[in-house]
Amino acid sequence: MSPRRTDTGGRIDRLKTIRFTFDGAAYTGHAGDTLASALLAKGVTLYGRSFKYHRPRGLLTAGVEEPNALVTVLKGEVREPNIPATMVEIHDGLVAISQNRFPSLAWDINAVNQLGGKILSAGFYYKTFMGPVFGPLKGTRFWMFCEHFIRRAAGLGSAGSAKDPARYERMNAFCDVLVVGSGPAGLMAARAAADQGARVMLADLEPRFGGSANWSDETIDGAPAADWARRTVAQLEGRDNVRLLPRTTVWGYYDNNTLAALERVSDHKEQPGKGEPRHRYWAIRAKSVVLATGAFERPLVFPGNDRPGVMLAHAAERYANEFGVLPGERIALFTNNDSAYRAAIALKKAGAAVVAIADIRPELSPEMRKLAAEAEAEIFAGHAVVATEGGKALSGLKLQRFDMTNGALIGDARSIHADCLLMSGGWSPTIHLASQAGAKAEWNAARQAFLPPKPTQSWIGAGAFTGSFSTLEALAEGRAAGLAAAGGQSTPAVLPVVEAVPGDPDPAPVFEIRAKGKSFVDFQHDVTAEDVRLAHREGFVSVEHLKRYTTLGMATDQGKSSNVPGLAIMAEALGKPIPEVGTTRFRPPFAPVSIGSLAAERFGDLRPERLTPMHDWHLANGATMYSAGLWYRPMIYGHAGETVEQAYVREAKATRDSAGIVDVSTLGKIAVQGPDAAAFLDRVYTNMFSTLAVGKARYGLMLREDGLAFDDGTTWRLGEQDFLMTTTTANAGKVMQHLEYFLDVIWPELKVHVTSVTDEWAGAAIGGPKARQILAACVTGTAVDNATLPFMGIVRGEIAGVPVMICRLSFSGEMAFEVYCGAGHGTHVWEALVEAGKPFGLVTYGLEALGTMRIEKGHVTGAEIDGRTTARDLHLDWMLSKKKPFIGSAMMDREGLIASDRLELVGLIALDNKPLNGGAHIVEEVDEANPHGSIGHITACCYSPALGKHIALALVKAGKARQGTRAHVSDPLRNRFGPVEIVSNHFYDPEGTRMHG
Amino acid sequence: MLITCPYCGPRDVIEFTYQGDGNRERPDPASQNFEAWNAYVYDRLNPAGDHNEIWQHSGGCRTHLRVVRNTLTHEISSVAFAHGGHGSAARRKAEDKS
Repeated sequence: MSPRRTDTGGRIDRLKTIRFTFDGAAYTGHAGDTLASALLAKGVTLYGRSFKYHRPRGLLTAGVEEPNALVTVLKGEVREPNIPATMVEIHDGLVAISQNRFPSLAWDINAVNQLGGKILSAGFYYKTFMGPVFGPLKGTRFWMFCEHFIRRAAGLGSAGSAKDPARYERMNAFCDVLVVGSGPAGLMAARAAADQGARVMLADLEPRFGGSANWSDETIDGAPAADWARRTVAQLEGRDNVRLLPRTTVWGYYDNNTLAALERVSDHKEQPGKGEPRHRYWAIRAKSVVLATGAFERPLVFPGNDRPGVMLAHAAERYANEFGVLPGERIALFTNNDSAYRAAIALKKAGAAVVAIADIRPELSPEMRKLAAEAEAEIFAGHAVVATEGGKALSGLKLQRFDMTNGALIGDARSIHADCLLMSGGWSPTIHLASQAGAKAEWNAARQAFLPPKPTQSWIGAGAFTGSFSTLEALAEGRAAGLAAAGGQSTPAVLPVVEAVPGDPDPAPVFEIRAKGKSFVDFQHDVTAEDVRLAHREGFVSVEHLKRYTTLGMATDQGKSSNVPGLAIMAEALGKPIPEVGTTRFRPPFAPVSIGSLAAERFGDLRPERLTPMHDWHLANGATMYSAGLWYRPMIYGHAGETVEQAYVREAKATRDSAGIVDVSTLGKIAVQGPDAAAFLDRVYTNMFSTLAVGKARYGLMLREDGLAFDDGTTWRLGEQDFLMTTTTANAGKVMQHLEYFLDVIWPELKVHVTSVTDEWAGAAIGGPKARQILAACVTGTAVDNATLPFMGIVRGEIAGVPVMICRLSFSGEMAFEVYCGAGHGTHVWEALVEAGKPFGLVTYGLEALGTMRIEKGHVTGAEIDGRTTARDLHLDWMLSKKKPFIGSAMMDREGLIASDRLELVGLIALDNKPLNGGAHIVEEVDEANPHGSIGHITACCYSPALGKHIALALVKAGKARQGTRAHVSDPLRNRFGPVEIVSNHFYDPEGTRMHG
Repeated sequence: MLITCPYCGPRDVIEFTYQGDGNRERPDPASQNFEAWNAYVYDRLNPAGDHNEIWQHSGGCRTHLRVVRNTLTHEISSVAFAHGGHGSAARRKAEDKS
C-alpha cells in the first residue's frame, strides 16, 4: 500500500497533465500540483536524507515550513538548492533532484551515521575539534584534515557556481493597508478595507489565495469555503484600489511600517513571460498592516517521529482536500488536541481507512468521540505512540498507555499496522512578522502557544495569527481588522455563516513522549530531545545559548516547527515554566530570499565614475588611468616600451628641465561667499584670511575640533566677499559637510553661503622653468610677468578665446600656474596650452610624476594628514595663528599632542640605493628574524630624478631631532631591510628659489 | 526609518547623514575652559529612549536638522531646523532626568 491520487476531488486541474523529472526519473502531475503533492500522488515516500544522520525522510508538511523534503531545482547550468518540495509548483520541463545523499537517495552510504548517534550529539564539533592538542585526534589541525569529509557528509544542497542569467527586479510600493495572508481572515480584511476606499495590497506566499479555505472542507454561506474564497478574490480583482500579490512572501517587517516581500514571478513557468523577471523584491510602505498569517501545526516529539510516512495531521488533510492525494491507505493519528479529528474525517471521506486515533488525553469530549465514530476509527484515549516501524516508508507503530500528568508509560506496547501516521501537537501562531516589528511574544497557557505581542508599530492581527483558530472567529476578526486598518468605523454586520467541525482550540500540555529511540525536535538540523537535555546538562540555561549549541531552529526553516517543542523540553529540564525560559526573537527573513532579488539591477561595479572634462583627451593621448576614489586620473602618459617608473621619471625630469602640465580638475572647489565670508574662513582655517588682498591666494590648513590636522589647500580671494576654496581631491565632500555643519548648526548668525563648484571648473597646473613663457604665448587680455602675476597672485584673461582665471602657485616646486576655465571648455583650453607648449618641450604628466615632485618638495597629502597627525607633527606650526581662535585651537595643545616623542614628518634617503616601500617600518636596529622596535613608517616613496636617489617621506618618532642620523627600513612582508638616512622633508630646493624666481 | 524634512517632506533615512549628538554645547570660541572643550568634543549621551540628534539631509536640501529619535524604537517625535546651536535646553532636560 502506498500514497495515491484519489479518483475525484482536490483543486487541481485533472485535465492538464504536466511532465517533470525528479532524480532523473520522469513523472507526471496536474496543473495546481506542487512537486510534493505530485510525487506523493505517484507513491513517492522518500524525499531526502537528513542533515547529520542521513536518515530517510518524507514529507512532514504541505507548506513553507517543510523541513525534510528539500530539493535542488536545476535550470540549465543554474542550480538552486534547499527549496521545499511543498513550495515548488510543477511545470513542464521542471528538473528537480534530491539532496545530501550518495550515491542515491535510496542507497545512501552515510546512513551509517545513524548508528553513531551517541557520538554525533550536540556540540560534537566543539568537543572533537576545539581546544588543546592531545595526541593526533584533537585540535584545529585535525579539524582541517577532517573538514573536507565532514562538509561532504553533513549539510544540505550544494550551491551552484554557474552565473545566474535570470533577471530580478525591485519595486517600491505604497499602500494604506497591506494584508499579509489570504485565508478567511485576510480576505475579509482586504475586502473590508477596500470597501472603505483604502489602497489595499494583499500578499500570500501560496499561488492560490484562500489559505485554509482551500482545504478545510468547511462551508461558508452554504458553499464550500474554497468557492467563497474564489468569489471574494474575484471581487477584489475587479477593484482599482486593490493589488493582489500571489506567490509573494512578506519576509521582513522594518521601521516605519516598511515591509519587504519576495514575489516569485516566473519560477512556476517553463519560460518567463515577455519582460517578466524571475523574482521581484517589493519594498512596501504601508500606513497599516493586517497580519493574518495563520498558524503552524506542531509535531509531537516521540521515538521515530521522523520516519517517512509520519506527517502533520493538517498536511494530510490538505493533500487530500486541496490536491486530491491520499498520503496512505491505512492511517493512524496521534494527537494532543481536537484539530486532528477533522483530518480523520477528511481522510475517511477521501477514501482511506482510519485505523486508530491515539489521543494523549484520557478524557475526550462527546463531539470528538462522535467524529472518531464517523471516521470509523478506534479511539485510544490516554495513549501515546512510542515507536514507529518501517524503512523508507512506514509499516506500523507501537502504542502504549500514557499518563499525561507525569509522562509515564504504563503496561505493554501494542502494535498497529499503518502506512501513514498523522500527528498533531497543537498550533503555533505565525507571529514572525510581529516579532520582527518589535515587542516580545507572550505565552498563553491555555493555547500552549506564544501569541503575538502588543503592536509597537501600526499593525492589527486577525484569525489564527491571534490564536483564534476557528474560521468564524477569523472572519469576524478579519473584517474588524480591515475596517480599523482603513480607518473605518466598526459597524455591526451580518457575518458569513460557517459550517465547521467543532473542536476545542486548547491542546493538552504535552510536547514529548519519552521512550527509547531518537525523538526529533528539529527535523532539518537533526536535533533530538536528548540533544536539548544534553545541552541543559552541560550548563546551557538560556534559550539563546540552547539554540546556538544544539543549532535548534537554525536551519533554513528557522525552527518553524521545532521552536516551541524545543523550548518546552528545555523548560522541563530546567524545571521552569515556559514563559520564564522565553523564546528567541524572530528576525528577517521569514523564509529564504534570493540574493538576486535583493541586488536586482544593481550588480557589477556600482561606484559612480567621476571623469574630468579632459578625460577623453587623456585616453586619446596614451594615458594610463588610475582610480583615485571615484575619480579617474592619468597615472602616466607612457611611451611605447616604457615602464611606469621610466615614464614618471621622464615626466618629472622634463617638468623640472622645461615644463609640464597636469590635470587638476579633481581638486575640491567650494565657493565661499557673503559679507561674513572672510570672518568665517578665519574661524575655519588655522591662519588668517581676512587680511588676504583681493586677487591673491593663500595656502590654508584646517584642523578638526579635536585639534588634529584635517585638510589643506589654497583659497583665492576673488572679491571682497567672494572666495574660492580648494581642498584635496579625497576630502572635498568632507570639507563641504564640515563647512555646512558649522554654518548651519554652530554659527547660523554668519552671513555666508557655501557652494560646491568642483564640477564647474576645469583646472590645469602648468609648471617648470618655461611655464611662464608658454603662458605668455597663449594668454591674451593680461600680462603674466612677475609684476602682474606675482607669487600667489591671480589674474583673469583668455586662452583660445575662452575666459580663464590664472593663479600663480606651485605644488611641484617649480615656477607654476593653475589655469581654471569653465568645465565645458576644459579640453579646448588644455589643447591650446599643450599646443603653445610644444616649442618649449612641454610634457603632460600624471599622478606618479605629480607625487614624485611633491615628495621631493616635502609637501603633505592625505598619506601624512592621516587623522593622527597634528600641524606640529607636519612642521606646519607656522600656520597656527595666535591672534584668533579657530576650529581646533582649544584642543591642539593638549599634553599628548605636544609630546616630544610624537611621530613627525621627515625625509628618508635609501643608502643602499634600492627602492623603498610605502608602509615599511623604520627601526634603529635591524632584526630580520624577529622584526621589532618600530619608530615610524614610510608614508610615500619614489625614485627622485632630481636627486638621483630612492627617497621617501616618513612619520618617525621625534623625527625632527633625528635629522642627519641613520636608521633602517624593516619590511618583513616584502623582505626589504636596509639603511636609510633621516633628513628634512624638504629634499629639493628648500629655499623655494625656483618657484619664486 | 523616515525623517520628515521640514523642506522636503518625509524621506528615507538613506538620504540623511548622522551628524552627531545634538546635546553637545560648543564653548565660546575664545574659551580656555579645557573641561568644557573636552566635554564638547568627547562626551556623548547614550540614552535608551529619546535622543537629541543632528542629521543632515545630505541627499536632499543639505539642511541640518535637529531630530528627537527614540533609540529603542526608532520613533521620531520631532524634527526641526538645527539653526541656533546645539540643543542646550534638551541637554539640560536630559540631565535633569538622570
